[in-house]
Amino acid sequence: MNADVLKVEGLKAYYQMNYFGVRREVRAVDDVSLTIRRNEIYGIAGESSSGKSSLIKTIAGAITPPLRVVDGSVKFDFDGRTLDVYAEPQAMKGARWQNLSYIMQGSMNVLNPVRKVKHAFHDFAFKHMGLSERDFWAKVEQHLQRIGLDPRVLESYPHQLSGGMRQRLTIALATVCEPDFIIADEPTTALDVLVQQDVLALIKDVQRRMGASIIFVTHDMTVHAAIADRIGIVYAGRLVEEGPTLDVFRRPQHPYTAHLIGSLPRIGDSRKRSALPGKPPNLADPPSGCRFHPRCPLAIDKCKTDNPALLPRQTGRVACWRAGEVEAA
Amino acid sequence: MFKILRDLLRYNIEFTIGFVLTLAIFLFALAHFWAPLPAEAIYLLPPDMPPSAQYWLGTTSRGQDVLWQMSAAIWNTMLFGLTVTILSRLLAVAVGMLSGYLGGKWDQILMTINDTMIALPNIPILLLVYFVMRDSMSWPVLAATAALLGWNYDARLIRSVTLSLRNREFTRHAVFAGMSVPQILMRQHLPYVMPVIFFTAMNNLIWAIGLEVTLSVLGFSDINRPTIGGMIYWANQHQAIIAGIWWWIAFPIIAIVLLFLGLFLLAISVNEYIDPRSRLSRMGA
Amino acid sequence: MDGFPKYLLRRLLQFFLVIFLGVSGTFFITKLSPVDPVEQSLSLMTNFGATDPRAVELMRQALAELYGLQGSIFEQYLAFWGRVLRGDFGPSLSSFPTPVMSLIMSALPWTVGLLTLALIITWTLGNLLGALAGYYRTNTLLKLSGAVVMALHPVPAYIVGLVLLLVFGFIFPVLPISGGAQMNLQPGLSLDYIRSLIQHGTLPALTLVLVGIGSWFISMRSLVSNIVTDDHVVYAELGGVSSGKIFSQYVARNALLPQLTGLALSLGSVFGGAVITEFLYNYPGVGRLLIQGIYRGDYSLVLGVTTMSIVAVAVAVFIIDLIYPLIDPRVRLG
Repeated sequence: MNADVLKVEGLKAYYQMNYFGVRREVRAVDDVSLTIRRNEIYGIAGESSSGKSSLIKTIAGAITPPLRVVDGSVKFDFDGRTLDVYAEPQAMKGARWQNLSYIMQGSMNVLNPVRKVKHAFHDFAFKHMGLSERDFWAKVEQHLQRIGLDPRVLESYPHQLSGGMRQRLTIALATVCEPDFIIADEPTTALDVLVQQDVLALIKDVQRRMGASIIFVTHDMTVHAAIADRIGIVYAGRLVEEGPTLDVFRRPQHPYTAHLIGSLPRIGDSRKRSALPGKPPNLADPPSGCRFHPRCPLAIDKCKTDNPALLPRQTGRVACWRAGEVEAA
Repeated sequence: MFKILRDLLRYNIEFTIGFVLTLAIFLFALAHFWAPLPAEAIYLLPPDMPPSAQYWLGTTSRGQDVLWQMSAAIWNTMLFGLTVTILSRLLAVAVGMLSGYLGGKWDQILMTINDTMIALPNIPILLLVYFVMRDSMSWPVLAATAALLGWNYDARLIRSVTLSLRNREFTRHAVFAGMSVPQILMRQHLPYVMPVIFFTAMNNLIWAIGLEVTLSVLGFSDINRPTIGGMIYWANQHQAIIAGIWWWIAFPIIAIVLLFLGLFLLAISVNEYIDPRSRLSRMGA
Repeated sequence: MDGFPKYLLRRLLQFFLVIFLGVSGTFFITKLSPVDPVEQSLSLMTNFGATDPRAVELMRQALAELYGLQGSIFEQYLAFWGRVLRGDFGPSLSSFPTPVMSLIMSALPWTVGLLTLALIITWTLGNLLGALAGYYRTNTLLKLSGAVVMALHPVPAYIVGLVLLLVFGFIFPVLPISGGAQMNLQPGLSLDYIRSLIQHGTLPALTLVLVGIGSWFISMRSLVSNIVTDDHVVYAELGGVSSGKIFSQYVARNALLPQLTGLALSLGSVFGGAVITEFLYNYPGVGRLLIQGIYRGDYSLVLGVTTMSIVAVAVAVFIIDLIYPLIDPRVRLG
């Protein structure tokens, strides 16, 4: 059996707009390649509008025009069966929730406001389980109890539940079919800190028990530190660094990663955190060469003209002409 | 503004059709200033003449030229519509912006009154006003009454836009800078509300013209003043359909349908231009 | 207090406010009259052949109260309310001595029947077409039908009705164009009578449907094209829920809520369309009654119909407000 459950190769997804005869192109995902192993939590980090949300949507096959895949492929491997997201839309539809589920950003509103919660479970999961109605509901109730929810929530409407309960419910919904792969897009962003801890522990617990892989997106580096086995850093639509979480945090190879980690507060450290000059680039008109160069403290002339490739280095991969010198800086 | 017009004409087929149609009808209506005979004059021409080289659209049983009647009628009908639109916009903007800006209790009171007005049946009330005023009813009075009944939907729309502006940074800046409420509304908020006003104005114009046609078709306006509805009213009085004077009734209907079509196409294409959501989906399609 | 009781209280308040402001407005509009309506009406009475001095006196009293000519303006106002609450608008001038109220009551079923039927068809069809057109944006057939109903929507009811009348009454005379049912038939549950009812109602109803359907289509289409980008719909798509189910249970069901509110808000103007259509097709409802009343200078009739139509529309709006919580659990369960 293949150890990689997801293989993304040379993926390019652009927003292509044509307005009053003027073409505009926003390169939201620009030449990204990555693989995710079985039973692994892979974190994707980056500032807001860095393209990480577009990346995750493209991987999930959840993009709508004007965002389009221009090049590259996204392939899953479920039980030895390869599934190309953009070449086999029909098979992809069948695999949803059975093999691949999704915890969405803004989970507060993912449940239909005018129907009881139980209908969501029936709509999403029933056809995949191959059980009778009775056995299905028994299974769902058992699953809810494991996640710490009273099965009576099934009879409620979403607006009657608290934010934390709704979040737990969507996790229960995403895991009820025991999928091989879960995509989690900022699942904890809208929650307060205590609930956030709770939900993270729950996700990790469910993942370990089911042996699923998770791709986990958030801008919050502390969340990555708490949950991810490996992380990938996205800047301006490109993957700039990737590696085991511990190594990335200890020895960042890319100046942007170093900045993200350096800006985290540490107990007992009262030094002033330096802000990164400038703004994230406009993806409709990105800088030449390395896209980080206008804000990079280590930039040299070569960075302005030549785009560095994502190359293996130590335990991970990094795209920087001066990768070796980052640690020293 | 001119650039927007040019872009719309070039890339939006609905706008182009609507624009050309409305402009053509407007020019046709404008022509009545050069009419050979006064529009109110009756029995000056041979009655019931079918369309011919001399009378392009025929003559009525009242001895009027249908072509020139229509020209004056469209002018008057449009004038009525514009008057209603301008008056009701003033009301809608005032109530909507005040309600949205003041918020809280004032918003509740104004919107309760607003919703009450929406629930009242317009036509019976207008008919009652006409009925008690009768001979002293003139078209400006009717227009003012219609305007009083035609602002409430749009006040609600304008309110929701203002409500969203109220909590924006620049509003707070303006408050701190000591600007008065009217100043803030006029200088800071009005530019944002303008597109909504423009779009609702198009819809209101269509509604007002429809109202004028309806009332004058029934004879509930100054029947001696030529209007599109008034032409149909007189045609009905003279049993034009049964008498086979089809041109008296067919041409006004065609004219009014074309005018509505033109204005409606303008309204929806302008709405599409203003509404960013539909704009986005069109760009992607 | 919140949730359902609060909702109910607000709606009830709105209901009474509509009636209060509507009826008060009606009273003050009558004050605009440049001539004395009582004397004018009484002078008209002889034209309709009522010469009994007792009847004339009765009429004078009813009119004087209705138009508030006795006592101070406040007393006049109270007397007017008394008449309205008792549903007593005095005898009709043009159909003397039949009371206005019994004229209205015999006309009301026709209007309610025609309007309810036309509204149900219009609302259902307009929303269904609009929702489908918003969901399946590229379907040519839906685009085409959309263009047709949208083009019809700004045209006034009278013009649409007149064209239908010309086409189906004169060019292809297949349907009756006047009245509510065949004159010589006994009203009842006989097959002939019902068939005649349907035949006579077809053109007026079709007029109202054609005029009304466009605005539902437009608003539903734009609601749906916004809702399809809502989180819960996107999520259902990611969950592999079938597109039929997404359309009916996730998209259309949510979009129907504002459309139901819209239905309540539109009743006032829909009634206006019915007035015109009834007059055009000589349909025996309150709309025709109103316009005939105006033509004949029948003060009490016009006042009675206007007041009652305000009350009737308010009641209909309130009924829809009561239905709304059944569909939206957020209002029902707070």
